[in-house]
Amino acid sequence: MSVEEDQRAIRCLVAKVGLDGHDRGAHVISRAFRDAGFEVIYSGLHNAPDEIVQAAVQEDVDVLGISILSGAHNTLVPKIVAGLEEYGAFEDTLIILGGVIPDKDKEPLQEAGVDAIFGPGTPMSDTIEFVRENAPER
Amino acid sequence: MSGGDTDLVGDLLDGRYRALARAITRIENRSPGYRDLVAALHEHTGDAEVIGITGSPGAGKSTLVDKLAKAYRDEGLTVGVIAVDPSSPYTGGAVLGDRIRMASTTGDMDTFVRSMSARGQLGGLSTATGDAITAFDAFGIDRIIVETVGAGQNEVDIVRTADTVAVLVQPESGDDIQMLKAGILEIGDVFVVNKADMPGADRTVKQLSEMLEGRDNGEWTPEIVETVATSGEGLDALVETFADHRTYLESSGTLEAKARTRYAEEVRTLLREDAGRLLEGEIERRGGIEELVDRIVARETDPYTVADEIIEPLAECLAREEAEPSPR
Repeated sequence: MSVEEDQRAIRCLVAKVGLDGHDRGAHVISRAFRDAGFEVIYSGLHNAPDEIVQAAVQEDVDVLGISILSGAHNTLVPKIVAGLEEYGAFEDTLIILGGVIPDKDKEPLQEAGVDAIFGPGTPMSDTIEFVRENAPER
Repeated sequence: MSGGDTDLVGDLLDGRYRALARAITRIENRSPGYRDLVAALHEHTGDAEVIGITGSPGAGKSTLVDKLAKAYRDEGLTVGVIAVDPSSPYTGGAVLGDRIRMASTTGDMDTFVRSMSARGQLGGLSTATGDAITAFDAFGIDRIIVETVGAGQNEVDIVRTADTVAVLVQPESGDDIQMLKAGILEIGDVFVVNKADMPGADRTVKQLSEMLEGRDNGEWTPEIVETVATSGEGLDALVETFADHRTYLESSGTLEAKARTRYAEEVRTLLREDAGRLLEGEIERRGGIEELVDRIVARETDPYTVADEIIEPLAECLAREEAEPSPR
C-alpha cells in the first residue's frame, strides 16, 4: 500500500559568482521565486565556483541560477559546470544565467551547459515559467 | 525497494555526497519509497552526536553554527548541518538564507549543509528532520547540528530530535517575564548568551541563571556560556560544554533513554499518519466528509456516532486478529 504523498517543491540555488558586489537583482529574483512557491537558497555575494558547486550538490537543487555582472562569465561558468559534473550533478540541474551577458557569448555558454540566459529587462514571469516547465523530474 | 533505491543506499553508504543529497530530497518530498529508504539506513546509524541549536531570529545562530562546524572540522570530524527556515503558508515558497553565514566552511564538502523548509507541515517537519539525521548518521557524519528559529511548538519538536539542545539568547532580548514564559527555557541543556560583547550581556546572564535556578532535572544543571560568534570568542568553552553534556548523557544512561523515547514517539507518529490515512479512505468510501457533515448538521446523527461507525470495521478486524492471529 502506498501511503506516501508527494510533497515536492522546486528548489533553486541563487548564486553570485565572482567579484561583483551588487546583488539587488539576485534579491529580486529570490523573492520572485519564493512568491512563486519555490524554495530558494541564496548563497550570498562573492562565491567562488567550488562554493557554488558545494551548495548545489548538498542542497540537491533542481535549478541553479547564477547572476553575473562582472563579465567573468566565460571563465567562471565552465568551472561550475565542471564541478557539477565531477559530483554527478550536472545532468539533472537546470542552469540559468542572469545579468549582463553579451550576445556573442551566449551560444558558447549554452554549448558549455547553460540551459537559458535571461538578460536585463526579462519579465520575471518568463523566468518563472521557464523554470516551471524545465525543472528536471526527479 | 526498487533497484534505484538500492543503488542510492549503496552509494550513500559508500560516501557519495550526491547520494546523501538525493536521499534527503526523497525524504523531504516524501517520494514513493522514502520509507523503505530510511528503513534501510537505520541499521547503519547510532554513531553521530546530534546538537540542536535554537533561538530567536537575529540571535546569531547561523554564525555560531558556522564557527562550531569549523571547530569540529579542525578536530578532524565531519559535520552535517540541517538549517530549518520557515516557509510561506500561502505559496509554500521559502528563502533559505543560512548558507550565507557558513563562510568558514564553504567549499568543504565534509561540512554538509542542508537547508530545509517547513513546507507548511507542523508534525511532518520533525519527521523529515529526524529522517534527514538518519541519512547523515548512516553516511558516517560525526557531528550533526540542527538549527532552527525558536518561535513555537514546531521548533521544540525539532530540537527534541537532538541529544543536546542549546538555546541562544541575545543580550537585552526581553525582561524577566519573557524568560518566565514556558517553553524555550525548559528545553535547553546549554544556554548561550551570544553577542556577549554587547551592553547588557551581564544582566542577561544573571537573569538566565536566576530563571534556571531550581530547574533541577536530575543530574544535569543547564550551563550558561557566553560567546561572540562573529569573533569566535567563547567557542572553546561551548565545545567543551557540549562534550561535558555528552559525557553526562552517556554515563547516566540518559542518552539511551532519550533514544528509546524518540523511537517510541516516531513509531506512534508514523502509526497515527498511517491509521489516519486508512480512515480517510474509509470516509471517502462512505461518500466523503461533506456528506457526513451534512447529516450531522441536519441532526440525523452526531460526530461521535459517525466516528464510531467509521472506526468500527477497523476495530472488528483487530478483534478478529486477536482471536485468531494470522500466521507470520
